[in-house]
Amino acid sequence: MTGQPKRIYLYSRYERFWHWLQMALIAVLLATGLEVHGMFVLSGFQDAVNIHNFTGLAWLIAFFFFTFWMFTTGEWKQYIPTTRKMLTVIRYYSYGIFRGETHPVPKSKKAKHNPLQRLTYLSLAAVMLPIQMISGFLYWSYNSWAAWGLDFLTLSQVAFVHTAMAYAILVFIIIHVYMTTTGATVFAHLKAMITGWEDLEEPEAVEDWEKAGS
Amino acid sequence: MQTSTKNIFMLAITACLVFLPAWAAAQDEPPAPGRAMARQAGVLSGDWTTADHSEMEALKKTFESGQQITETCLSCHSLADDQLFHTIHWKWLSPYEDGDLVGKAGYSINNFCISTNKMNDKKCSSCHIGWNGKEDGINCLVCHGEKDMDWKAQFKDYQFFKEMGEAELVTEIQNDISAAVTQIIRPDRQNCGSCHFNGGGGEAVKHGDLDASLINPRRTLDVHMGIDGENFSCTRCHTTSQHQVAGRVYSTPAVSERKSLVEDDLAPKISCESCHTASPHKEGKLNDHTDMVACQSCHIPEFARAHATEMTWDWSKAGKLKDGKPYIEKGKFGRPVYKSIKGEFGWEKNVAPQYFWYNGSVAALTAKDVIDPSGVVRVSHPVGERGEGQSRIFPFKVHWAMQPYDKVHNTLITPLLSEENNGYWKTFDWQDANTRGMALMDLPYSGEMGFVETTYVFPTTHMVAPKENTLSCRACHRPENGRLSNLAGFYMPGRDHFALMDLAAWILAIGALAAVGLHAIGRIVANGSRKENR
Repeated sequence: MTGQPKRIYLYSRYERFWHWLQMALIAVLLATGLEVHGMFVLSGFQDAVNIHNFTGLAWLIAFFFFTFWMFTTGEWKQYIPTTRKMLTVIRYYSYGIFRGETHPVPKSKKAKHNPLQRLTYLSLAAVMLPIQMISGFLYWSYNSWAAWGLDFLTLSQVAFVHTAMAYAILVFIIIHVYMTTTGATVFAHLKAMITGWEDLEEPEAVEDWEKAGS
Repeated sequence: MQTSTKNIFMLAITACLVFLPAWAAAQDEPPAPGRAMARQAGVLSGDWTTADHSEMEALKKTFESGQQITETCLSCHSLADDQLFHTIHWKWLSPYEDGDLVGKAGYSINNFCISTNKMNDKKCSSCHIGWNGKEDGINCLVCHGEKDMDWKAQFKDYQFFKEMGEAELVTEIQNDISAAVTQIIRPDRQNCGSCHFNGGGGEAVKHGDLDASLINPRRTLDVHMGIDGENFSCTRCHTTSQHQVAGRVYSTPAVSERKSLVEDDLAPKISCESCHTASPHKEGKLNDHTDMVACQSCHIPEFARAHATEMTWDWSKAGKLKDGKPYIEKGKFGRPVYKSIKGEFGWEKNVAPQYFWYNGSVAALTAKDVIDPSGVVRVSHPVGERGEGQSRIFPFKVHWAMQPYDKVHNTLITPLLSEENNGYWKTFDWQDANTRGMALMDLPYSGEMGFVETTYVFPTTHMVAPKENTLSCRACHRPENGRLSNLAGFYMPGRDHFALMDLAAWILAIGALAAVGLHAIGRIVANGSRKENR
């Protein structure tokens, strides 16, 4: 490793809180959801359903706060997708990382995410999670469909989408958790998400196009 | 340091906000709305009578026949006979169909003793409310007498001893009669039960949820009738207006409208919802079931919980004799598993019901209907389907039988059975029993008899268990062997899944694990070799 390690403050208090709250909610939802699906027996069906519904609704409400934060702080710009350096990043994770190269797109306060992360997190926060919440809310409100004029839906369709998305999130978690070990040290990213401060590899200039709000 | 203290504090507050409501909800336990409503509806019970029949002058006389008793009753209750003659209890014909097609006195059949041969089979009439079938008037005391009495034997003895001049015995019998005639009650369990607990020719034969165990049940057997519970009599729910007792199931539903007393306080109090309402549970998700699942489905986890009930009857095995004589063989419940006169029986206890969509109507065959003997013939079956009107999932006892049918006409045969009529039970001659039995119905018989598999259903509605003994969610919401695994056409969480998607997802998840595992190993190996090279 060359150069002096540098520490930067990357994640604000709310951001960290939101990340870990969402992690806890998703963990509970995955466990109870798979139990309701009949994969295993943990808390019993009735408790699983109740915990799942309560947690799901809590998540839905919390997600509104997150969306509000995103837009009032302008943080949403961190998620604007780009193809620039995308191939370089992919090349890094599939080749350069084994050769001890430094990351081609280092983190900074104004550009927390590399192009691959931008795309992943955007599709997660803007597509997958909302679909999961909407389908979950519909699932939960099944008995009101007729009153809401939604009786063209079938539970089978909604269940299909909800289950498929749950599996997609499960696969995301597996890769996401592993990717946290690819920082300057194995726990550098994890530590950053707990304390807010990340140890960076050799500092490198942030390019203008990456900066939020520029 | 200060920041991290603040962080912990924030986390604690969040945890409190998230979990406090749940904890608070668990602290005070108001009863479920359904219990509260039912308590309110049930608060007025007890004996409402304003007459003591032992003080009635009209009853202080000698009775030499049943008809004399009835005449005396009618001398005050002058409208009672006309009311009774219009009831199904008297007519044994469905009031909802024209003519004499449907009903025990008509062409209806079952897969037990099959038919009453239009009330010509004398044995069947022992359960009719008349003194002698429909011939000698109404026997009011079947339903209103507190004392259980074999009236036929009593009057026969009376006549016999009177002719013999045995004054003392005559007085004794007359005292018994007098006591029975003056102990008048509203129908109680033993009155209704004398017939309804013994349908099909014996105790617990027909109904799995109606047998003699309901005379003095514990609340664990029947939460409403339990003598240590609410102690309801039958008429608490089977309300009666002008001797018409509510709650029978024929081709029309017992309850045509799901109404609670909150909506209509003069509605007959017959259904669960009348008292418990359509949202009886504390927990919302359970209430979400009441539009599709009848209360009975979860609250009667098993029927025949005290006495075993008959589940199968094979008439084709009847007629075997030992040393030229008919015999009876008893099985593990102390009930007959073989009778020469009737065939082979199967008995079961603690039976899980079968579940079907049910709109309250049962469709049944009559002796006139043509059947298809190539499969199992449904002598009766529940009517209803998902999404249709009032249809809900409902529990049933399904009684299986092998019973005789006419191989030429493809109709079910109504053999004449009773010994009193020189029927099959005396002669063991199917041809004679069939010929005479069908003749009594004015129906043709070809002379060629076969046996056909049949089923007959009973809605299960009695023996409601206390709430702690209801079915768990998993009884139905499970991938395999669930109670509702036979019902198709809808998605049920926990039961149904998309097999292909599940498979693809697990391949993907395991693939992802393998990929990151390999990636990690690659990094470790590469890292190690770089260090060595340095």
